[in-house]
Amino acid sequence: MHNLTIKQMSEKLHAGEITSVQLTQHYLDRISKYDAELNAYVTVTPELAMAMAEEADRQLSEGTAGLLTGIPVAHKDIFCTDGVKTSCSSKMLDNFIAPYDAHVVTQLKKAGMPILGKTNMDEFAMGSSSESSYYGPTKNPWDHQAVPGGSSGGAAAVIAAGLAPMATGTDTGGSIRQPASFCGITGIKPTYGTVSRFGIVAYASSFDQAGPMTRSAEDAAWLLDAMAGFDQRDSTSLHREKTDYAAGLNNSLKGLKVGVPAEYFGEGLDPQVEKIVKDAIAEVEKLGAEIVEVSLPNKDLAVPAYYVLAPAEASSNLSRFDGVRFGHRCENPKDLQDLYNRSRSEGFGAEVKRRIMVGAYALSAGFYDAYYVKAQKLRRLVRDDFTRAFEQCDVIMGPVAPTPAFNIGEKTDDPTSMYLADLYTIPVNLAGLPGMSVPAGFVNDRPVGLHIVGPYFSETKLLNIAHQYQQVTDWHTRMPAQYQ
Amino acid sequence: MSLGKTEVEYISRLAAIAVDENEVEQVAGKLSNILDLFKQMEAADTANVEPMAHPLDQVQRLRPDVITETDEHEKLQSVAPAAQDGLYLVPQVIE
Repeated sequence: MHNLTIKQMSEKLHAGEITSVQLTQHYLDRISKYDAELNAYVTVTPELAMAMAEEADRQLSEGTAGLLTGIPVAHKDIFCTDGVKTSCSSKMLDNFIAPYDAHVVTQLKKAGMPILGKTNMDEFAMGSSSESSYYGPTKNPWDHQAVPGGSSGGAAAVIAAGLAPMATGTDTGGSIRQPASFCGITGIKPTYGTVSRFGIVAYASSFDQAGPMTRSAEDAAWLLDAMAGFDQRDSTSLHREKTDYAAGLNNSLKGLKVGVPAEYFGEGLDPQVEKIVKDAIAEVEKLGAEIVEVSLPNKDLAVPAYYVLAPAEASSNLSRFDGVRFGHRCENPKDLQDLYNRSRSEGFGAEVKRRIMVGAYALSAGFYDAYYVKAQKLRRLVRDDFTRAFEQCDVIMGPVAPTPAFNIGEKTDDPTSMYLADLYTIPVNLAGLPGMSVPAGFVNDRPVGLHIVGPYFSETKLLNIAHQYQQVTDWHTRMPAQYQ
Repeated sequence: MSLGKTEVEYISRLAAIAVDENEVEQVAGKLSNILDLFKQMEAADTANVEPMAHPLDQVQRLRPDVITETDEHEKLQSVAPAAQDGLYLVPQVIE
């Protein structure tokens, strides 16, 4: 059952060939069998899942079900889920039972999708390997020596190993696309403001954006349909007409102009990754697209700008963890300041503390202009690069990450080398553009993704391109041998 | 840029995060590396560039000033480390 596409699952559920209870139990059984070795779930919620599956079956039999009714989903442990532990993979929130649902959780509950559990991630979504989780690293299903990427590494791993048919993720600097690339799955980060941030534990609010992580582009289109939409409770949610993300999947790519930035194929890119990405672009060309060279000259400024702005926002957002209202509290505080300082020191892991401290410093008197304002100016330069490039092309293609998945432990001692793993994804977040990772090949049995970036609100086009590419390739259908 | 003990203590205070005496050197080293990364920003000429806060240059949306939230005091306080009679408990602040 775990090899079916979402469309096939939906058809079988509606035809009465399978029930949601059967489908959900199938995934719960696989989780019991495989998750101990992968550590992709922080929390599994079998009772909740089965109760929701029964309700879905009732709707299916009554004829009130929607397209996704009865299809289970795994939520990244950053989405508040009423009555369920929502830890953000931090000791700080190890005891936190969310008192309400994130907007995305509400939407997918309304769609009738049973919740299998909450997936592992880098603590507070700050990382590119899922190693900074308080609950230990998640392993890459393709190679247990390798990281699954991050921060949505657990979500990518459960899709790759068939421990959930669909998963939600969030992407602040590449956290959907990079793990999607490392685990050989499909992931899309929509335009900033498309999916409500309400109830998502905040990291860097001007970048944070949620999106679907699935096997195929078609699956992603279906899930994005259910996730996206205006929400009053998110002050940056965009008020736009409802989009049908699956509507353009079958459009022809004839005449599509694909921009290839020379800067994305320079020094630092693994030559084997480069070959896979260029082959994938050639495949899209065969489908009728025209390749044009474009330039993103400020690419190298994106990483330093991001690592000023995101930590600055984080230092403000994470000030809410004070040991008073929820979360970890230290023993025997001697006064209020001691309560704050020690609760935070004990509750946060090393990388989170580093980013809060760097952010607080970048915002402090004397450094605000040199760091924070300067970085905001660079953000505009990076965005303007894309605006100019999109005058010449419809979408941009390149690598998602400079290498395939690296080994567990390989970069943990050197935070700045980990930061550079995101050099192709971060510019897209600075600009707030939609971007996607599509499985495109393997280097030494580790998957590699193709990065597709489009102008604002071009999700339907990105999904169309990815779907057409997936009609002539089978990378997205492959599964690691031991999880087939 | 190399941070010393004084700077780490200052940053620790700004961030309200206690740093152990024996960790100061290591923290200083890693923070210094990150600040070195920031140095790369200096190369760019931004003399006539406006800072950008929102990708779509949107401004904050306004809403009518009416009550929309319901009282979920009890439920929200149920996850507090220490609460009593509807109040959060903290160490004594005023002698």
